[in-house]
Amino acid sequence: MTAATHAPAAVEVPRHHAFGRFCRAYARRPAGLAGLGLLVAFGALALAAPLFIGDDQLNVIKVDGPQLSPPVDGYPLGTDQAGRSVLLLVIWGARESLTIGIIATALTVVLGSAVGLLAGHYQGRVGQGLMHVTDWFIALPSLPLAISLSAVLGQGAASITIAIAVTSWTATARLVRAQTLAVEARPFIERARALGAGNTQIMVRHVLPNVMPLILVSSTLTVASAILSEATLTFLGLGDPTGVTWGSMLQAAFAGGAVTAGAWWYLIPPGIAILIVVLGFTLVGRAVEHVLNPRMVGR
Amino acid sequence: MSSLTAAGPAKVRGQGVKRSGFLPYLGSKLVAALVSFFVTLVIGFVIFSLMPADPVRTLTRGRPTSEAQLAQIRIQLGLDDPIWERFLTFVGNTLKGELGYSWQFQQSVSSLVADRLGPTLLLMGTAAVLSIALGLWLGIRSGWRHGSLFDRIASSASLTLWSVPTFWLGMILLVTFSVGVGPIPSLLPAGGMSDPSLPQEGWTHVVDVARHLVLPCLTMVLVVFAQYVTVMRTSIIDEMGSPYLLTARAKGLTDDAVRRRHAVPNALLPSVTMIFMHLGVLVSGAITVEAVYSWPGLGYLTYEALKIPDLPLLQGTFIVFSASVIIMNLLADVVYRFLDPRVRAQ
Repeated sequence: MTAATHAPAAVEVPRHHAFGRFCRAYARRPAGLAGLGLLVAFGALALAAPLFIGDDQLNVIKVDGPQLSPPVDGYPLGTDQAGRSVLLLVIWGARESLTIGIIATALTVVLGSAVGLLAGHYQGRVGQGLMHVTDWFIALPSLPLAISLSAVLGQGAASITIAIAVTSWTATARLVRAQTLAVEARPFIERARALGAGNTQIMVRHVLPNVMPLILVSSTLTVASAILSEATLTFLGLGDPTGVTWGSMLQAAFAGGAVTAGAWWYLIPPGIAILIVVLGFTLVGRAVEHVLNPRMVGR
Repeated sequence: MSSLTAAGPAKVRGQGVKRSGFLPYLGSKLVAALVSFFVTLVIGFVIFSLMPADPVRTLTRGRPTSEAQLAQIRIQLGLDDPIWERFLTFVGNTLKGELGYSWQFQQSVSSLVADRLGPTLLLMGTAAVLSIALGLWLGIRSGWRHGSLFDRIASSASLTLWSVPTFWLGMILLVTFSVGVGPIPSLLPAGGMSDPSLPQEGWTHVVDVARHLVLPCLTMVLVVFAQYVTVMRTSIIDEMGSPYLLTARAKGLTDDAVRRRHAVPNALLPSVTMIFMHLGVLVSGAITVEAVYSWPGLGYLTYEALKIPDLPLLQGTFIVFSASVIIMNLLADVVYRFLDPRVRAQ
């Protein structure tokens, strides 16, 4: 028992060193830093938005700007059909777009990690069964499945979040299973088992901490695709009709005839915002991946 | 738990497949595909038949209906039957090609799907061929000289285009080339597949459809080719360290010949599977692109179904899309078998 309780403490020390080393290695990757900078900027803007954007600027009835006007004084990015400032809408939209993206990712990661961990640990029928289920879900085209799910669950952010999680957990599950298999093959797991550790203890105390870095890396990439999926599903009309997200702005622009009116100022900002945030998460994810796995360098 | 047992199941399965002949191999893949299709049907049944709280209410929304009429519809739709009976009816009907009756079009879903299949195949086929060609070419070039300026430009361009929502790119192209912004005149038609004022046959029609095809196809290619670049680039880099390339160089072959005759054929093998797997992404692209350009295909049909939402129609398109992805995966397995001499020989 003493050996088992000492073991994590012995691992702690190098782990702290490893974190410092990780930060220094990450700081040497300009693309990763750029991505992180973009994300921090967007996150700060989204958090600070209620300080300078209120109901007066967002409520369709209360706004008094020119309707569907190109950039003019006071409206640096023009206005939408109701006369709201596109700049303020994009900033406000960051809140919900990022929230849905992050919550959907959290659900995806929890679901995927649980399946992956169980499939990797119980290698018999349970593991094979779980991997079969995963393979079936991989074979299904994700957008039609997500569309069907959220259409049946009804319009709204919640059903979109669920639809994203249900369609994207498979990648995490496969990754976590592969890593679990690798970790379980290492001698310290056998030692823990010999010392009487049960299945739950091995999975939660020994395997999970070792799989965690990988899960975090893959989740940054998952956020990127979750934000894209959110925008797509909302654009197709499955989102909350009253909410402001980047997807719903584009949906309103498309449905309201901004395309035929040639209202480029209404179309470009939300798309660029999506592009920047998705790119930011992708760059951060790739940088972390390269730092943790030096063999990837050059790819 | 030793490393042997950890890698066990996958290894054994791989060997089993390799040793068998072509027919047993095809048979096992066919069975797997059929099982996948059955699972798709189960998932479709759960989503569309079990999850909606009360389909009859949705169906009669906005119309005055008496309780007796509601009960009548419930019996007609078989909603009061036990679940397994409903499932068997559903599977039987699907296998017979009866996908239900669209609420919105008042027409059978199968006939709607059949009408829309052609345009989707035209769009997806053209986009697939172009994006695979472009993606592989760029992937080979950038993988062969990874780290070069060409590689960095190609990689960042594909990364950026991957981060762009398909429908947004579609709208931007639509505004730029169809509506016209500033000095750019309106060059291409805004939507649909053909101009109803022109004759619907002959050479004029072909040119007309081609003009309508340019923008949707361009949108899909721009978003999809990035994946092929990444896949091909990675597998070229994987081959770079191989001894046989050194041998080829030692023979005195030019760099070009080493790449084309030795590295590319080997690197193509893993890519083929990935390419077929990624064709599912094309399906997703088709839905949003067809929605933006009102291209009269299956994707646009799905978009129209969503507005109601017309559940039988959505269910039909879901099954058709899933079946097509399963068929592509099956094709990938078969093609791989033919392409890889190492698998064939054993």
